[in-house]
Amino acid sequence: MNVMMLLEMAAAGFGDRVGLGSKHGDGLTYEQMYERAGSAAAYFLGAGIERVSLVDVSSPALPLTLFGSAWAGKPFVPLNYRLTADELRHLAAEVAPTVTVCEDQAQPKLYDIAGVQPVLRDEFLATIASHPCAPPDWSMDPDDIAILLYTSGTTGAPKAAVLRHKHLVSYIFGSVEFMGADEDEATLISVPPYHIAGMAAILSSVYAGRRIVQLPAFDAGAWVQLAIHEGITHAMVVPTMLARIIDYMEQHGIENLPTLRAMSYGGGKMPLAVIEKALDLLPQCNFVNAYGLTETSSTVCILGPDDHRAARSSHDQAVRRRLTSVGKPLPSIELTVRDDEGKSVEPGARGEIWVRGEQVAGEYLGRGSLLNADGWFPTKDGGYLDDEGFLFLEGRMDDIIIRGGENISPGEIEDVLLLHGAVAEAAAVGLPSRQWGEAVGAVVVRAPGSSPTADELRDWVAQHLRSSRAPEVIVFRDELPYNDMGKLLRRVLKAELAELGDVEG
Amino acid sequence: MPALKAGSRLKSTVCTTEVIIVKAPAGEVEVTCGGAPMALGTETITERGEASADAKGGTALGKRYVNADETLEILCTKAGEGSLGADGALLALKEAKPLPASD
Repeated sequence: MNVMMLLEMAAAGFGDRVGLGSKHGDGLTYEQMYERAGSAAAYFLGAGIERVSLVDVSSPALPLTLFGSAWAGKPFVPLNYRLTADELRHLAAEVAPTVTVCEDQAQPKLYDIAGVQPVLRDEFLATIASHPCAPPDWSMDPDDIAILLYTSGTTGAPKAAVLRHKHLVSYIFGSVEFMGADEDEATLISVPPYHIAGMAAILSSVYAGRRIVQLPAFDAGAWVQLAIHEGITHAMVVPTMLARIIDYMEQHGIENLPTLRAMSYGGGKMPLAVIEKALDLLPQCNFVNAYGLTETSSTVCILGPDDHRAARSSHDQAVRRRLTSVGKPLPSIELTVRDDEGKSVEPGARGEIWVRGEQVAGEYLGRGSLLNADGWFPTKDGGYLDDEGFLFLEGRMDDIIIRGGENISPGEIEDVLLLHGAVAEAAAVGLPSRQWGEAVGAVVVRAPGSSPTADELRDWVAQHLRSSRAPEVIVFRDELPYNDMGKLLRRVLKAELAELGDVEG
Repeated sequence: MPALKAGSRLKSTVCTTEVIIVKAPAGEVEVTCGGAPMALGTETITERGEASADAKGGTALGKRYVNADETLEILCTKAGEGSLGADGALLALKEAKPLPASD
């Protein structure tokens, strides 16, 4: 298997459709994308390298280097263009010998590293437009590495997740229908290239025959204008992007985006208020909440459009709550929630989420497979299933607060805090405590115009949950720290609160 | 032929059809195209045979084909003139049940 199969099938099945770029001219057809991928492969094969790397915003170089690397049989390594010069140089050296396709600003950072051949994106794109194509004899070994994705690395040295061709191709075959898109469909990709969702979006759009439109760097105004100009029908966003898009539309009196048929979101917890507003503002749009990890080749669970509507219109509290769930596993995925001893737990009980399926890679470079003997992968995400099999996420297992031997999920405390009208955002973390091992700390962003006290919020939590869950420490901040995918940086808060010293009591 | 598993590739010996196994039943199964057993994807076909008259319906690119109890599912990655079969019966075109786009 090789991800090039996907582009080859697209070129054979609907080669004259525009697959990448604008509908107002200068877009590339699938046939042209295939030819450019072949030219990129010839370029890489001639460069005497082991890996292909990319330091760029979302641009046409992303799909063309991704497929070109697969054609050449070289792992593709997209690096985060936001890294500092030192971090970038360190990773580039690790990936060497490599050709690094890069944007203008990154090039000076990549100068003079042994085995690293930087090439400017625009030069590269111009070169492959006229370069001869490599023979179409790519390796079909399913175990070849397709992509190495370095994790954001908020702690310790960055590590590279390994995605082999068999994982990515299985993911696409298992979740996307070939040529399933109508000819007018176009997807707007605004997640960064070094994120699994950005890569998965390219593979699934090509296989479905859905034109790819790229937004180099996210900005709500640019997103909305591009969606209108390009007649965007599909989009994937992270929660913070959706919140900003809605704010922008309201501020600028844009009542709807009528061409938008489907929007998927993921990568972090979606505030209920944001998704409810989005459902009301874009009534024709099908919303999909997708849950997945880099190690699982993207999505493993989805909350579909019908689930969204049923939850929005229901008076049953249990059904309404499903708007905050990530839905049910894909047909090609098995999923269970297990306790500390690895035994599956009953619906409603909390534990660690485990998944199994052809798309599940569960591997880091140089560290071997994290799958158990039966092929199950522990996600390190905590959660529980409801009576009908809807999955609710509760944050990372590492973030669970162990207070006096009792496991407390930050999610349950945050959910209760967010129900309080004076709380805009909330994060719960464990703090060092001599008496309890860990104590509960909470960081709260107040809603505009309100000024709740710590005591008031502590009482609120104690009223709704057991008293052990009431935060011993509550601090107020103007904002919470998130990464550029909208994920709460809990470790940053934990470190900040730990500096307050040991919590007595 | 070794037992099939998901991800195995096969090619026709009578036409241009190539397929990939999406789901395979336990135990042995003989997959045919145009009535003739298919070769492994890695083999080179030097001489093509003729498709039998009752298996000339053709395969369509990107379509999925299943046996009667749906224990075998095959995806067509290159189209051709032969029809797919398994253990003596023709496979049926599987109706698409697309999932909503998630990325």
